[in-house]
Amino acid sequence: MYRISRPSLVILLVMAIGLALYPFVGESYYIRLMTKIMALGIFAMSLDLLIGFTGLISLGHAAFFGVASYVVAWYIVKAGVTNALFMLPTAVAVSGLCALVIGWLSIRTSGIYFIMITLAFAQMLHAFFKDQSYWGGTDGFNFYTKPNLAIGDTVLLDLGNKVTLYYVTFALMVATFVFLAVLLHSPFGRAIQGVKVNEGRMRAMGYNVRNLKLMSFVIAGMLAGVAGFIEATRTAYVNPEMMSWHASGNVMVMVILGGMGTLYGPILGALALTLLGDNISSLWDHWLLIMGAFVIAVVMFLPEGIAGLIEGVTQKFGKKPPPKEETEP
Amino acid sequence: MDTSYYFIQALNGIQYGFLLFLVASGLTLIFGIMGIINLAHGSFYMIGAYLCWWLTQMIGNLFLGIVAGVPLVVLLGLFIERFGIIHLYKRDHLYQVLFTFGLILIFNEMRSVLWGNEVQSVQIPEILSHGIPLTDVQSYPVYRLFISLVCMALAAMLYLVVQRTRLGMTIRAGASNREMVQALGIDIVKLFAIVFAMGAALAAFAGMVSAPVQSVFPGMGDEILIVSLVVVVVGGVGSIKGAFLGAMLIGMADTFGAVFLPHGAGIVIYAVMAIVLLWRPQGLFGRT
Repeated sequence: MYRISRPSLVILLVMAIGLALYPFVGESYYIRLMTKIMALGIFAMSLDLLIGFTGLISLGHAAFFGVASYVVAWYIVKAGVTNALFMLPTAVAVSGLCALVIGWLSIRTSGIYFIMITLAFAQMLHAFFKDQSYWGGTDGFNFYTKPNLAIGDTVLLDLGNKVTLYYVTFALMVATFVFLAVLLHSPFGRAIQGVKVNEGRMRAMGYNVRNLKLMSFVIAGMLAGVAGFIEATRTAYVNPEMMSWHASGNVMVMVILGGMGTLYGPILGALALTLLGDNISSLWDHWLLIMGAFVIAVVMFLPEGIAGLIEGVTQKFGKKPPPKEETEP
Repeated sequence: MDTSYYFIQALNGIQYGFLLFLVASGLTLIFGIMGIINLAHGSFYMIGAYLCWWLTQMIGNLFLGIVAGVPLVVLLGLFIERFGIIHLYKRDHLYQVLFTFGLILIFNEMRSVLWGNEVQSVQIPEILSHGIPLTDVQSYPVYRLFISLVCMALAAMLYLVVQRTRLGMTIRAGASNREMVQALGIDIVKLFAIVFAMGAALAAFAGMVSAPVQSVFPGMGDEILIVSLVVVVVGGVGSIKGAFLGAMLIGMADTFGAVFLPHGAGIVIYAVMAIVLLWRPQGLFGRT
């Protein structure tokens, strides 16, 4: 079952307060970078729902992120609509629809097949946006007007303002966290965690395992869409590489680096990986060499991620350790 | 758009299918026998192509370049297996994915350090540079035919090794029941090393022979990896026969997709995969 230990909860609250106050002290560049990190945090949390809680290793998750970004670009470039009131729901719905179709096909398989098939379908969407000149081809779209939130002619929130976007992203990240935490405590959430631990037993108990997996896949896809919406709004730029499998691999690294199955870990993973990349990319042209070695080192030495370290430390000092759960490989 | 045009396209499809088979057969054996999902497999294809370009430039002869390059890739494969992949045998697929993803980043950057990021081309050797005239205006390049023939010979050799030799017997046994092979006292460590290095060499060889007909570019490893994964999914994990039929099917689908649907060419192979999945989720020759 999903639970957060009390000391980690304190750390989380401190982090949340820190993030809420950050724009008052941070430089402009870092406010934009933190917005990116929080968007990636939402993205990584959505993948954690699949990898860490449902046991579905999807290597095509960037597809849903990218599709939502293209919806934003389409609204602004092709339709001339800038109101996020239309944009966000459509982006999330289109991501969810793609996840429904891809999930419906992929969930018929499991294990190695599932990994390869999600990867292949994400590549298909990548190829689609890359090949079609209507969608901007390899270059994608640059757009100059940014979305805003308006009712009628009254603009409530101008998402082109970096501080406004920061707080909107922060609110969406907290909302995603709370939504997923509540979801994981609901009967549905308990059922998908059961599927991860022992699929056969859940089936024997009369659960429709395929539907549970599909619902989880669609929810994760929609949340990835939220992240894609923010990222497109932040950069005012979309291109097919946003949904390439390298993007899917990166977000998977974030989940593992942060600690899968912890929900807050992926946010830490997004933070750590993005800051690492941001720092070393300016130092050396071949910084990806370090990145590759880092990923391998995480697999070898830190499979439980940063959250695993935190939980380990807090459990040592906590009064009673939470009971160990049996998991099957 | 006459018959000879379609005939040329069919030959191209077959040639592409053979190349895909060389890459996908290693991939499917590594899945099937070692239980490893190796995303870095496409990197060997890229490394092969760059090695071929580099060695051909130095030696001045494509064939000698290939002869010199293949042993290097075998050594690289043995090295990667011994010091990297060996740690993954008992790990979850998730960690295999991440580990080999990290390997890709390293291979790509090493390529960038050693050979740069430019697109390169390899000259077709003089003897094979002419074309066979089909009609007054169309001809088929001999080199492409050469690729098909060499790949066909290699595929036949692979078939004979897998079906007719003692090594092949252990490979097949390993693919169907790894634990049993181990229990019978077969040195599984050695077998895994051989399979991995063989797979790497096949992928690199595919990269080498195809280097003269396509440009040598940084993203080529990723491209072939994805298509090879589609081939393996269509054919069924662990099946050489499946890899062969899958490769031919995907090679043809891709070539004729580009002919009939020039704007949606990139999507055709995935559509084929989706159809196969609906019909047989475990692939054409996969075990349930």
